[in-house]
Amino acid sequence: MGKTIIEINDLKRDFRMGEEVVHALKGVSLDIHEGEFVTIMGSSGSGKSTMLNILGCLDNPTSGSYLIDGVPVAQLNKNELATIRNEKIGFIFQSYNLLPRTTAIENVELPLIYNSKISPEERHRRSSEALKMVGLEDRMDHTPAQLSGGQQQRVAIARSLVNDPVIILADEATGNLDTRTSYEIMALFQELNRKGKTIAFVTHEPDIAAFSSRTIILKDGHVIKDEMNTNVNDAARELAALPKEDEE
Amino acid sequence: MKTRILNLIKIALKAIVLNKMRTLLTMLGIIIGVASVIAMLAIGEGSKKSIKDEISKMGSNMINIRPGADMRGGVRMGGSEMQSLKLEDYEALKEKATLLSYVTPQVNGSGQSINGANNWPTSIYGVSPEYLDIKIWELSEGSMFTSAEVKSAAKVAVVGKTVVENLFPNGEDPIGKMIRFNSIPFKIIGVLEEKGESNFGQDQDDIIIAPYTTVQKRILAIDYIQSIVASAVSEEEAEAAVDEITTILREQHHIGSNDDDDFNVFSMDELISTFSSTSEMLTVLLVAIASISLLIGGIGIMNIMYVSVKERTREIGLRMAVGAKGTDILLQFLIEAVLISVTGGIIGVLLGFGATLFIQGVLGWPTIITPYSVIISFAVCAITGIFFGWYPARKAAVLDPISALRYE
Ligand SMILES: Nc1ncnc2c1ncn2[C@@H]1O[C@H](COP(=O)(O)OP(=O)(O)O)[C@@H](O)[C@H]1O
Ligand SMILES: [Mg+2]
Repeated sequence: MGKTIIEINDLKRDFRMGEEVVHALKGVSLDIHEGEFVTIMGSSGSGKSTMLNILGCLDNPTSGSYLIDGVPVAQLNKNELATIRNEKIGFIFQSYNLLPRTTAIENVELPLIYNSKISPEERHRRSSEALKMVGLEDRMDHTPAQLSGGQQQRVAIARSLVNDPVIILADEATGNLDTRTSYEIMALFQELNRKGKTIAFVTHEPDIAAFSSRTIILKDGHVIKDEMNTNVNDAARELAALPKEDEE
Repeated sequence: MKTRILNLIKIALKAIVLNKMRTLLTMLGIIIGVASVIAMLAIGEGSKKSIKDEISKMGSNMINIRPGADMRGGVRMGGSEMQSLKLEDYEALKEKATLLSYVTPQVNGSGQSINGANNWPTSIYGVSPEYLDIKIWELSEGSMFTSAEVKSAAKVAVVGKTVVENLFPNGEDPIGKMIRFNSIPFKIIGVLEEKGESNFGQDQDDIIIAPYTTVQKRILAIDYIQSIVASAVSEEEAEAAVDEITTILREQHHIGSNDDDDFNVFSMDELISTFSSTSEMLTVLLVAIASISLLIGGIGIMNIMYVSVKERTREIGLRMAVGAKGTDILLQFLIEAVLISVTGGIIGVLLGFGATLFIQGVLGWPTIITPYSVIISFAVCAITGIFFGWYPARKAAVLDPISALRYE
């Protein structure tokens, strides 16, 4: 097994809502290693997004420890967290979150803009490479309005790849897509994973989870199951087996 | 650091370009504010300069002595109603003053001048021949009356161009002709060189000059004089000359050391500063009015920036999620606000130049654009942008990325 990318121990996150306290995470411990493709599952409200936000350094845990790529982040301040997000994490959202009226390539460049170590030329080179990796090399100058949902999510994936993160975090990345497009996206994830990318993927659809190598199930802020998948489905093959598009 | 700012400027520029119309409307307040500040200052400076020129053209050595107490501050008594200046005062000055090159008494009245069927309302000035030297006026025709003519109270007159044109509409030579002023006949012996309109809008050629003795006796029937006009030996000596005149006249009037003067002496310098301070006050007032529109422009920027931050909450969340720090977001919006205000400022300055040229060209008002008015307007714009952009930008910078991303 590769080196440990993510190491969390007894992670808790409470939300205070006036008098009431919501315990969204009640002590989660797990490791994710380099090269893994992990799915986080669970019913709505089980704490998946809360956990992913903490993993993505968008949020601080109430207690517990968290190391990403060997760096303890639980005690970092806002600016230090921003730098970690900028250099070590690729985030993908359910609603794509592309900048409107902005071309695909400019959207992909976004994370690198906040890294002043990277020159504009380097930024452009890496962004077009990332777009090529998701199969959108001929859509670089299209704006989100000119792209389909699946293409928009590919742009978002390219954006998550462009800073060469240690882990890609996706929250219901296929939630807004139809089955065929979801499978296409999963095929892309599998391909990226084969190239060595570590991926943590939140979904509540079991058929999507079947494309990953490990499944973690959350319930009421606890991990209730964490096991390796014995038979991983190949998304590209499933895609080919789907009924023809015009029959749908 | 440099690339970081450059990147943020690009982002801000893009936002502005994507909202051209809205940005332009927001700029309007700034544009109008700056343009009016520039134009107002240009008018203020122009009139100040032209008043100064005008006054020094009148002879910068000139000193005026009027009857009555200090007229600056407090109620001004009508000078001509006071009778505290006598011919003896004039004679005393002529005799004793060492710092004056010329002195003349002055009495004036207004009335109707008539030549046959032509008549024209004008003013008559009763003076001594030195008057022309004091005023630095020349004659275009004929000659000035002499001291002898003053002594004999001769009915001779030197007239201005306007009077000539109105009394001799057919272009006859006025020299040697007889005219009447308030039914007293005068023989025209000279014509003043044309001087045109003064900056106070007065026609300087609408004048008749005659010996003061004649005007005193024949026209006004008075034995006092209304004012004394003198010129100092040099501009530098003008203030000393004022003091000297004051000393002589106090003695002449037997004024005790604790009593106030019953006359008033002022040099051109004082006149200049009186007028300058009036026009300065006017400038301040104009600029204050213009600044209000700049303030409104600033509030417009603040308003649009608040809208912009609200509209782009998700964008802000996303930028933070991919690594933008709070200061990146703060600077982005601050730069946007400053770009709007400074661009508005540039357009405003250009418009102000245009308006100034228009005012000068079409209305004929004197104007001067000073570099400091441009620099100040610019600085004010940048500060306006920072000041009014700060709160919205700050609001954006402290957003929580997760709730910003969820914002609908
Ligand atoms: N910002 C918040 N304030 C209060 N409660 C929250 C907040 N975020 C999440 N929660 C609560 O935490 C629990 C877990 O939420 P979440 O992680 O979004 O669930 P999931 O993504 O698995 O559907 C829920 O009960 C939710 O209401
Ligand atoms: Mg969720």
